[in-house]
Amino acid sequence: MGAEFVQFSLPPILIGTLAAIACALPGNFLILRRQALIGDAISHVVLPGIVVAFLVTGTVAALPMLVGAGGAALVAVVLIEVIRRLGRIEPGAAMGVTFTTLFAAGVLLLERSDTSSVHLDVEHALMGNLESLVWLDATGWASLADPAALAGLPPELPRIAAACAVVVALTALFWRWLRISTFDEGFARGLGLPVGAIGLGLVATAALAAVAAFDAVGSIIVIAMFICPPAAARLMTDRLEVQVAWSVAFATLSAVAGYVLAGYGPLWLGHPHAVSAAGMIAVVSGAILALACLFGPRRTRSGAATGSG
Amino acid sequence: MTPPASLKLASHEGRAAEAAPGPEAALAIRGLTVSYGQTPAVFSADATFPARTMSAIVGPNGAGKSTLLKAALGVIPRVSGEVTAFGRPVAEARERIAYVPQRASVDWDFPATAGDVVLMGLYRRMGLLGRVTGAHRRTVRACLGRVGMADFEGRQIGELSGGQQQRVFLARALAQGADLYLLDEPFAGVDAATERAIIDVLKALRDEGRAVVAVHHDLSTVTRYFEHVLMLNVRPVAEGPVETAFTAEALDATYGGRLAATHMDSLILATA
Ligand SMILES: Nc1ncnc2c1ncn2[C@@H]1O[C@H](COP(=O)(O)OP(=O)(O)OP(=O)(O)O)[C@@H](O)[C@H]1O
Ligand SMILES: [Mg+2]
Repeated sequence: MGAEFVQFSLPPILIGTLAAIACALPGNFLILRRQALIGDAISHVVLPGIVVAFLVTGTVAALPMLVGAGGAALVAVVLIEVIRRLGRIEPGAAMGVTFTTLFAAGVLLLERSDTSSVHLDVEHALMGNLESLVWLDATGWASLADPAALAGLPPELPRIAAACAVVVALTALFWRWLRISTFDEGFARGLGLPVGAIGLGLVATAALAAVAAFDAVGSIIVIAMFICPPAAARLMTDRLEVQVAWSVAFATLSAVAGYVLAGYGPLWLGHPHAVSAAGMIAVVSGAILALACLFGPRRTRSGAATGSG
Repeated sequence: MTPPASLKLASHEGRAAEAAPGPEAALAIRGLTVSYGQTPAVFSADATFPARTMSAIVGPNGAGKSTLLKAALGVIPRVSGEVTAFGRPVAEARERIAYVPQRASVDWDFPATAGDVVLMGLYRRMGLLGRVTGAHRRTVRACLGRVGMADFEGRQIGELSGGQQQRVFLARALAQGADLYLLDEPFAGVDAATERAIIDVLKALRDEGRAVVAVHHDLSTVTRYFEHVLMLNVRPVAEGPVETAFTAEALDATYGGRLAATHMDSLILATA
């Protein structure tokens, strides 16, 4: 594990891990609010957003892509609210309608427009390009302390690191508000908390994580990380603090193990080609969830049905 | 039996009984109208719940009792009306009000223990980032003890019985150390011993100088438990001290003649 690891494996592992954590943190609260599909919706609508941004600007520069993705996420959130209110249907259905429609629109747009000259296609949108995020300027671990080499880091790394830092900071800062408004909305209102703004802020944070992660790793990881680590973590404990800690651990484990298995697993099995790291990370997170369902200490909760209404 | 020393410190933290001076109303409602759709659930309601008093809100199912409390607190929007607590708009008096909803509409599957729930009652005092101290933990334990739930601090809330859940939410209200307690059917679905325990806690609050307003369904205990009553059926039918307001005519008007006359006699007799 020397120069080659630092050049070719360290950046994708770091990027994958940061993306996974950035998505898993808001995922905890989205799942507890029965809004897990919001993460799904956001990661899907990012596609039409970046396609439109490309058609308008003609480049795949990061800034217009992020603006397009963020704008699309915003449109989706508003659309979901409008459909839910006007149609008086349950939020899950409103989300389903919104994101499948917008995602389909994105795919159509992509097919009809001439994007062949650039690296923008459906596969990229789904899988990202984690393996290509290499750090050729690195000569070994020492490069981590060398400003000249650090300047050559793939730009996705500082971007996702910044997004992850923002998500962590917001989660820590508004922890009590999030917990209390998720658990007991009426009580939160009675305390005078801005319940509506907290809910919107959570969705906006999830959108930030989804957009930043999508850029590097594609929407499959985003969807998987919003749901699998927090859902598995819920089965491990009855304390919110502990659940969130588990979800971060599971997200990290998924990213690292997924990357390693994708790169070396097929070789071990005698296949010459590696498989998609993003796909494998999602598969590992699903496997962790399956194991938690089978063996998690809190998987049977007898009291769930006692109170209602 | 004397309460543990930590309890006093816990539930008031210095800002204790003298908080409600004189004849000031703990909660005053003027012309409150609330509507979910076309027809109002509460129409033009006036009520004045005095300080240092146990007050009941009675009325049939669907009379708008829960709606009145929620709208007074600002949990749901009101069409019109003014609500003041201790002479100030409710929005400015929030830290003096604690509310226990009817069968709390919370997510029972939420990863929280009984202790976590009671701790939420201290959030306003701890602020967004204040640390949870040993004193906070002791407050939580004392409040759970006060409602007879000391042994359940570490239990996930969904794994408690309905009556136990009710008591945990009462403990959370106690932790808030408020001067006005709004309780929506605190005795719903609890056994006789628990009802006894809860009424003792409420009377202790009253004796400390706090005001208690409870939605109450058991007409046979109104005169025993409460000093003040509001009889509501969308509009307020009668309000005042139990001895004068809780009459056969008022009951008849509130319940639309659905109470048998004999039953009513026994209720009013209890007043004498
Ligand atoms: N969320 C809601 N949406 C629409 N209508 C509602 C809602 N909540 C209550 N209502 C209606 O408003 C009226 C008053 O309801 P409320 O819950 O205040 O009655 P209540 O006096 O508390 O009754 P109960 O004794 O059964 O608890 C009822 O007719 C009810 O159907
Ligand atoms: Mg009610």
